[in-house]
Amino acid sequence: MMLSCKETSRLLSQGEDRQLGFGERIALRVHLAICDGCRNASAQFRFLRLAVKNLSKDESEAA
Amino acid sequence: MPADFRAQVESLRPYLLRYATLQLRNPEAAEDAVQEALVAALAGEPNFAGRSNLRTWLTGILKHKIVDTIRRQSRERPATTNADATTEEFDALFDDSGHWSEPPGPWEQPEGALAQKQFLAALEQCLRALPERTAQAFMMREHLGFETSEICKELGITSTHLWVMLYRARMALRQCLEMNWFAK
Repeated sequence: MMLSCKETSRLLSQGEDRQLGFGERIALRVHLAICDGCRNASAQFRFLRLAVKNLSKDESEAA
Repeated sequence: MPADFRAQVESLRPYLLRYATLQLRNPEAAEDAVQEALVAALAGEPNFAGRSNLRTWLTGILKHKIVDTIRRQSRERPATTNADATTEEFDALFDDSGHWSEPPGPWEQPEGALAQKQFLAALEQCLRALPERTAQAFMMREHLGFETSEICKELGITSTHLWVMLYRARMALRQCLEMNWFAK
């Protein structure tokens, strides 16, 4: 299965919220290996999670 | 109860109100949640003894009040279920074959941004731009740390609907931060 970037971005998001299936993980890996845009989006989704988690931290506690 | 404890708690009210409003949107609902949290905090002062950070402690109490409020709101006005319509706004980001029209570029030093007050302000601004329900679901997931099954139960929505909302939130926030912070 070849994923489009659109499908990849959806799966990247869902991967933060549910356990992806084996086929989905393989398809994601194949796509990410050849697509800079989706690799960047993936890193940015993960960064968002970290940033939002830290929202209420004191400056003194912030990483 | 010592007056200075009350004063310290009171001095954090503006921060708590901003925090609650970010998640609840509705100013009155946020005000009520903060008020309930402060009452609970003042009654529970002995529990605070020995803890170092009053703000963290109060935020913890407020989180429970926020979730109570969201739960109540969802019971009063159940979510609509036309989840499919909600990702159409991102179709313009992709061409007909599903490739990015403008592929996301790398962000320089994102971890460094986390320590900056201006970045947090930009992030809050972007969160405020999300639709209310989307923002609530996203904050429950990423800030309050709920499992998706719990969020579905509290909001009365299906997991498919929730995934669409969370996708929508992440794509919108990614785009917003890129424009308002990383591309500057």
